[in-house]
Amino acid sequence: MKWFISHNTIRSSFQLTLEKECGEKVSHCYQCGKCSAGCPIAFQMDYLPNQIIRMTQLGMEQQVLSSRTIWLCASCLTCTVRCPREIDIAEIMDYLRRQAYKKGIIPVEETEIPLFNKIFLRNIELFGRLYEMGLIGMFNMLSGEFFKDVFLAPKMFLKQKISIFPPRVKNIKETRAIFKRSGKLGKAHRDKLLNPRLLFLNLSRKIIGKIAKRDNS
Amino acid sequence: MKYAYFPGCSLHSTAKEYDLSTKEVARALGIELIEIPDWICCGATPAHITMHLLSLALPVKNLLKAKEMDSFEVVTCCAACFSRLKIANHFMQNDNKHRKNVEEIVGEPYKGEVKVRHFLDVLINVFGLKNLTERVTNKLSGLKVACYYGCLLTRPPEITQLDDLEEPHLMDDLMKVLDAEPVKWPYKTECCGASFSLTKTDIVLKLSGDILQMAHDEGAQAIVVACPLCQSNLDLRQAAIKKKYKKDFNIPILYFTQLVGLSLGIEPKKLGLDKHIVNPLPLLKERKVLVDK
Amino acid sequence: MKIGVFVCHCGTNIAGTVDVERVSQAASKFPKVKHSASYKYMCSNPGQNLVKDAIKKHKLDRIVIASCSPSLHEKTFRKCVEAAGINPYLIEMANIREHCSWVHKDREKATQKAIELTRLAVSKVSRNKPLEKTYTTIEKKVLIIGGGISGIQAAIDIAFANYPAVIVEREPSIGGRMARFDKTFPTLDCAACILTPKMVTVSQSEHVTMHTYSEIEEVSGFVGNFTVKIRKKARSVDINKCTGCGACYNKCPVKVPSEFDMGLGKRKAIYTPFPQAVPNVPVIDRENCLYFKTKKCGICKKICTVGAIDYDMKDEVIEEKFGAIIVATGFNQFDHSVYGEYGYGKHKDMITGLHFERMVNSSGPTGGKIIRPSDGKEVRDVVFIQCVGSRDEQKGLPYCSRLCCMYTAKHALLLREHNKDSQAYVFYIDIRAAGKNYEEFVKKVQDEYGAIYLRGRVSRIFEKGGKLIVRGADTLSGAQIEIKADLVVLATGLVAQKDAPSLAQMLHIPYDKNNLFTEAHPKLAPVETITSGIFLTGACQSPKDIPDTVATASAASVKALGLMVQDKLAREPLIASVNQDLCSGCLACLKACPFSAIEEDEIEDRKLRRKRTVAKVREAVCTGCGNCTAVCRMAAIDLEGFTNTQIMEEVETL
Repeated sequence: MKWFISHNTIRSSFQLTLEKECGEKVSHCYQCGKCSAGCPIAFQMDYLPNQIIRMTQLGMEQQVLSSRTIWLCASCLTCTVRCPREIDIAEIMDYLRRQAYKKGIIPVEETEIPLFNKIFLRNIELFGRLYEMGLIGMFNMLSGEFFKDVFLAPKMFLKQKISIFPPRVKNIKETRAIFKRSGKLGKAHRDKLLNPRLLFLNLSRKIIGKIAKRDNS
Repeated sequence: MKYAYFPGCSLHSTAKEYDLSTKEVARALGIELIEIPDWICCGATPAHITMHLLSLALPVKNLLKAKEMDSFEVVTCCAACFSRLKIANHFMQNDNKHRKNVEEIVGEPYKGEVKVRHFLDVLINVFGLKNLTERVTNKLSGLKVACYYGCLLTRPPEITQLDDLEEPHLMDDLMKVLDAEPVKWPYKTECCGASFSLTKTDIVLKLSGDILQMAHDEGAQAIVVACPLCQSNLDLRQAAIKKKYKKDFNIPILYFTQLVGLSLGIEPKKLGLDKHIVNPLPLLKERKVLVDK
Repeated sequence: MKIGVFVCHCGTNIAGTVDVERVSQAASKFPKVKHSASYKYMCSNPGQNLVKDAIKKHKLDRIVIASCSPSLHEKTFRKCVEAAGINPYLIEMANIREHCSWVHKDREKATQKAIELTRLAVSKVSRNKPLEKTYTTIEKKVLIIGGGISGIQAAIDIAFANYPAVIVEREPSIGGRMARFDKTFPTLDCAACILTPKMVTVSQSEHVTMHTYSEIEEVSGFVGNFTVKIRKKARSVDINKCTGCGACYNKCPVKVPSEFDMGLGKRKAIYTPFPQAVPNVPVIDRENCLYFKTKKCGICKKICTVGAIDYDMKDEVIEEKFGAIIVATGFNQFDHSVYGEYGYGKHKDMITGLHFERMVNSSGPTGGKIIRPSDGKEVRDVVFIQCVGSRDEQKGLPYCSRLCCMYTAKHALLLREHNKDSQAYVFYIDIRAAGKNYEEFVKKVQDEYGAIYLRGRVSRIFEKGGKLIVRGADTLSGAQIEIKADLVVLATGLVAQKDAPSLAQMLHIPYDKNNLFTEAHPKLAPVETITSGIFLTGACQSPKDIPDTVATASAASVKALGLMVQDKLAREPLIASVNQDLCSGCLACLKACPFSAIEEDEIEDRKLRRKRTVAKVREAVCTGCGNCTAVCRMAAIDLEGFTNTQIMEEVETL
């Protein structure tokens, strides 16, 4: 990767807005790498957490927002509680994900998590409480993992751990109003589950992958 | 002892046994739990990832409902709900800007006045271990357990204010009172993969597999948890871990409330011990800790 | 009265923003001003001559210099006018540089301000009084607090100049931290070989007195005349009778962990910390001694052929006078038990750098073998972690401890020298090897001794299967690193001694938020404190390695000797004085004075015909800070050089 920097990139609104909106000083980071050292998910990430922070310091907005890392962060807070510079790295990851949603930048290889979050929230907005069958069904359908966990389902039914019917909350309008107002105040895009083009790309990727796998075996 | 009870979505579905056992234990010990009427989801991880204000407004709405019950203390069992409720309270107490926005969203003033407690905290710090010792009729002697706390029970410490950050010990203390044997192990607060159960199952298999391996290596016969997500990852995914890593741990994953219930002499079925994927009953029979009926 | 005003260009420093000529012209029209002039550099020789010549030519009797801050050149110009025959306290400086040209851009407004500042100085000087310096005697003896390498070097330097020095050391022996080290970077000469001869020199010097096992109890007085109370703790062994034969500690039945060996070895209840101790006289640790616990035993007393054991010995407090004090109290090691992620310091096979020093030392508790404290097995994979406590605002210190990079490199080298099959892994954030031959040393450790340097902090250490699992990162390769270590060595940072604040308060010297003593100026007065006569050396001021410690020790000695060679000490007359007739006796000033320079006095009130309490300034102690004048409700206290009439004259001119 080559990155041309000048005062414009260093003083870009990216870092400034981040520091203002989530109150975390990215510029504090002195790159000790303790966040990366303790991250349980780092083995799957394209950039280590410390690299994400470094790229943010250098104003690499596009690269940061389209990284897989920000979606793979599990919000376990291990980095946050151990950071010697007292930077809430998990909060920064949250912020970056919200930015990525706003800007519609989501890597094709990493659609599951953003998709899941959106479906989850849609689910809550509709029913007030989590309707697990609805969530799993919808997720499997849209993510292309049509038969995921189908073997587990009967067991769960028998043990009454999953219900076919959605839960009922009396005053559901109240909950929906909260979603509506939060979206408005937070200036978040709530309308679409995800960009349809992205969903399509992901689906085709999954299907092609499955066919390729079958051909190989 | 009277509390507003916030079970959260999981305890009404995948973690039904946590809900059952909590209520049984509370009843047996005279702790009154009154479920918040019409509670809604706390928003969990997806909310704070997607919309920050929503992740505060949903818990606040629930806390306001508890306030209407004239109950100023809310008890929850789910570590994720606990974390979200606590964080929302923290923002409402300390951050004027967010408080104003959230008050506008929920349409009511709220300054974080409803106290949030985890049931573990109530059991140990309010009911008290000493009182509990006197109530134990069925000792769990010889049962070696690994107490697993996960991420959100202790982190971040300034908000959760529950237990030691790196070496939590509340559940271990509790297990000792039941005469079970908590093993010393280093993975008490390692991440299990959390909410990636559905989306990144491979990550969950790796992380949960590591946790099971460590518990196994340190001689644990069962893992005790206080979080429905941890339980489901470790229990539900054991079959897949076996398939992928060729390791058959067959370690039951129990809620601390179930073991407390057992030691109080409550029937296994009432504690939902039949609802696990990895069946704990053979182990409990072998260890002679099941109540004879 | 004939006042002369001299306005300085200071190159373009002032003239760049202020119209100096206009200031000079305006000044010439001020009341009582007889002469005014400007010059490019007034502080230069020609500049000073200009002033001197003008004084003679115009018969000037008071001078105003409009130039830089008085803290820079007031002394220069006082000397200059004194040479021309004017009392040096009849000058005033108008600061038109720091207070004007440097902070303003608008030339017109800046010039106006400069004129006003000069006008104020002219009015003030018109109220100046001639003052005379006072003189005090000097006690020709230096107190050195701390008997580590720093204090030892200072004592040697002072003794070399034939002045007496007194070392007060808390431990039973002098030697300090350095006595515990094995080898020293970057030359690898053995610490004992270079330290013990110095310890012997000190003990044999006729000019040096040592009070070991002693502590400072009280300090009063001022430069040249400090009075110090020293508590000599009961050693239970008569230092004059003991021959150091060692029979007592050989036979003592009580074994306790040795502090000197960092708990890795044992010592007896009667002990000398290490074989080369100076003085070579044991001390009884009364907390562990059987005789003191149960009144039984008494073996050491029975066995001592010279009758040196004295169970009834009591603490003794002595009082001595000193002309100067050198503070050489050194450092403490950061306590890493705050790191929960590293197991709260409970892992047996996780040690600190000082433990490693003892272990690698051939006369240490393991005889130079590097082993695991848990099972005594030899080590193979050893992980070194730098910056433990240092550069960590969350759990430790904001600063860099400065020597950990170097001593860790040294440890990695010694490890390989002692154990050919071993492998060192060093986790670092930055390598700070700025010193003569330091960088070369680190490179040698990497190149020739095969130490693997990994750039990243360690996030977690836990025990598994008898090993310590170390989880870190190498940010250079972008990889997480996991090492199964036999031994983990933490390069814990250097912190101030626990009781540093109380000593600082006793000495009236400032300390910073990290409890490190503060020097008078970070660059230009690094070994002085703002309390004159008290000097700093070594790591009590900031983390320092041995070369820097020795250098500051010699520097502090020179400063102390500079006082010793004076016959008498001139003191600035710019001090406070109380008009006792006006004083109401509220004594608010007494509380406000940070130097304890105000005392109660009793006078006969002629009007009331009875005695009453008033304040009095101890002139020798007063530093002229002005706190007392500010709190005095009766305006009864005046500060010479800044008297109320002077200030009022200025205010009225505005």
